[in-house]
Amino acid sequence: MLEIKNLHANINGKEILKGLDLVVRPGEVHAIMGPNGAGKSTLASVLSGNQAYEVTKGEITFYEKDLLEMSPENRSREGIFLSFQYPVEIPGVSMVNFMRTAINEHRKYKNMEALSATDFLRTMREKKELVEMDNKLANRSVNEGFSGGEKKRNEIFQMAMLDPRLSILDETDSGLDIDALRIVANGVNKLKRADNASIVITHYQRLLDYIVPDFVHVLYNGRIVKTGGKELALELEEKGYDWIKKEVDGE
Amino acid sequence: MSEELLDQVTQADYKYGFVTDIETDIIPIGLSEEVVRLISSKKNEPEWMLEFRLKAYRHWLTMEMPEWAHLKIPAIDYQSIAYYAAPRKNAPQSLDEVDPELLKTFDKLGISMEEQKMLSGVAVDVVMDSVSVKTTFKESLAELGIIFCSFSEAVENHPELVQKYMGSVVPYADNFFATLNCAVFSDGSFVYIPKGVRCPMELSTYFRINAINTGQFERTLIVADDDSYVSYLEGCTAPMRDENQLHAAIVEIIVMNNAEVKYSTVQNWYPGDKNGVGGIYNFVTKRGICKGVNSKLSWTQVETGSAVTWKYPSCILLGDNSSAEFYSVAVTNHHQQADTGTKMLHIGKNTSSHILSKGISAGQSQNSYRGLVRVNPKAENARNYSQCDSLLLGDKCGAHTFPYMEVNNDTAIIEHEATTSKINEDQIFYCNQRGISTEDAVGLIVNGYAKEVLNQLPMEFAVEAQKLLQITLEGSVG
Ligand SMILES: Nc1ncnc2c1ncn2[C@@H]1O[C@H](COP(=O)(O)OP(=O)(O)OP(=O)(O)O)[C@@H](O)[C@H]1O
Ligand SMILES: [Mg+2]
Repeated sequence: MLEIKNLHANINGKEILKGLDLVVRPGEVHAIMGPNGAGKSTLASVLSGNQAYEVTKGEITFYEKDLLEMSPENRSREGIFLSFQYPVEIPGVSMVNFMRTAINEHRKYKNMEALSATDFLRTMREKKELVEMDNKLANRSVNEGFSGGEKKRNEIFQMAMLDPRLSILDETDSGLDIDALRIVANGVNKLKRADNASIVITHYQRLLDYIVPDFVHVLYNGRIVKTGGKELALELEEKGYDWIKKEVDGE
Repeated sequence: MSEELLDQVTQADYKYGFVTDIETDIIPIGLSEEVVRLISSKKNEPEWMLEFRLKAYRHWLTMEMPEWAHLKIPAIDYQSIAYYAAPRKNAPQSLDEVDPELLKTFDKLGISMEEQKMLSGVAVDVVMDSVSVKTTFKESLAELGIIFCSFSEAVENHPELVQKYMGSVVPYADNFFATLNCAVFSDGSFVYIPKGVRCPMELSTYFRINAINTGQFERTLIVADDDSYVSYLEGCTAPMRDENQLHAAIVEIIVMNNAEVKYSTVQNWYPGDKNGVGGIYNFVTKRGICKGVNSKLSWTQVETGSAVTWKYPSCILLGDNSSAEFYSVAVTNHHQQADTGTKMLHIGKNTSSHILSKGISAGQSQNSYRGLVRVNPKAENARNYSQCDSLLLGDKCGAHTFPYMEVNNDTAIIEHEATTSKINEDQIFYCNQRGISTEDAVGLIVNGYAKEVLNQLPMEFAVEAQKLLQITLEGSVG
């Protein structure tokens, strides 16, 4: 579904992604690991169309469509979802209003009628249960005053609501307590189907205990420098990145 | 935010620009004592009303247009304006008799009277070009002793009330625009709530400018007698016009012992086009007096329209323990200019006032908050809290805050907070990532920003106001 070829991207004139390749097929879970500052969040931003980043080279296709030509909102409507590493607060905008607008925009894009208030509220209730989200949170403004963990849970709630084809989870595990991690990860697993896929960015094996990846990639210095199965994550947990850095830098 | 984005959002056209084809009866343009007399005689006014007009007109001749506001206004030629226009047909008694053109106009605005009537039980007193065309629910209100009618009808049927209260809050010599209004006012609304009566429905008036080059000079007078309550709504949109149109309204509110008045406005006069051509000049004098003990007055305004807005709904806190509130959202886009705020004059003991102002500027617009809090020497234990926030969309617009404080009593507690922020691109991107276009995102974010004020509006108005904020900012971020 997703094909990234030789992707180069800048922020403020500084090159962060330096020839990244990645192919994701339906049904797959890809974990992306790598040292701080390697470019993981940058990749997520570029995929979701954040205009702060400039793509200087390479191509990205999503279901045969040129993703780089698409506006961020259309990428979302095409089924790309990003669970943000740092979700923003939108004071005064209720979760209900926000989600309803989002869902109906997605539906409009697919030439579907807007959801009725009752159907919408029912969906919202179901999905809240999936991530065991507190009713109170759903009645508040988007992320406003949410704790770090609550924000992450809210991201997965939104993912459940929008039912994406490709979800990118950027350090969704950070900030979650042990129980929340399990709940959120189980939520993600329940959303998994043969026709969707996810890219899971994380630093820790513990998330991958729950969300078992088909591939583990190491992103270093703007490129994917190593790819393996789920055992690679265990190896990294044990040995760190130095050996990979040496391999790459020594080339 | 990128220039391109900004350009797109700021480029939207005014959605309510259309002209209703209704015959109007216009007095020749220009202003003179003769014109004042002509207006009065067309309305069959009593002598005292004519005298009031003439007194004001003669005083107006000695006055000059104020220049202290943060506004750039081209010279206005008061001799090129028509001061009176009235629909030719007689005022109809039921909806069936209302000009279908007018009904169509309201449909286009999405505020059809049918809907209004069914949804909310709002009594609508429609002012189209100056003369009251239609009043609903009047009879059921009359049973409670409530008077809700056009100003002209009040002059005719309740002269004692009009004479007692007209000019008692905004004197005829108050300011240039108010004095002009006193001389040439066309019509407006009159409300009287008798002692101990809670008005069971929101009273509402829609104003609309419709004839070429016709100034609109409305006058509203609301009197809430002891222990009464009323919530009054006023809303307006105007059709697209090239010539600048002058609007100088007066609203006077009198609140007696233990009474409460809530006054809400959604103002959406034609703001001019993207290039700043056309648009309404809106110079309004709104003032209320909390005359009795424990009286309460609350102003809520949503200002999205007009090329120039000059408006400071104010309150004189005369009664002991009286309180006043001012909630305002002012949105400016393109070349609009708004200088708006409030005055809270604390005179009685234990009076309190609360000010919450949210300014939102986009395009090349200028948006100023101007507020005065004055505590008189004898106003023991006065309390004021003011918060003025400005939100900027883009970097070609301006936001200004001019808070004035005159505190002459040591027991007063006065607090003022002000913030200025730019619309946050991360918030916009977050919305985009969920499938929400930038235009809709700006609408959501701005409505969230203004929520505390919008929450003060009656339900059916709040929905309309939210749409309006979004429409006004369409094209201001892409
Ligand atoms: N606005 C910016 N201006 C300059 N450099 C930036 C900017 N934003 C990010 N960077 C740099 O880009 C590099 C990649 O950042 P990115 O957030 O993609 O890393 P990451 O792999 O997600 O790291 P982490 O594991 O810490 O989340 C970092 O060196 C960062 O400092
Ligand atoms: Mg990161």
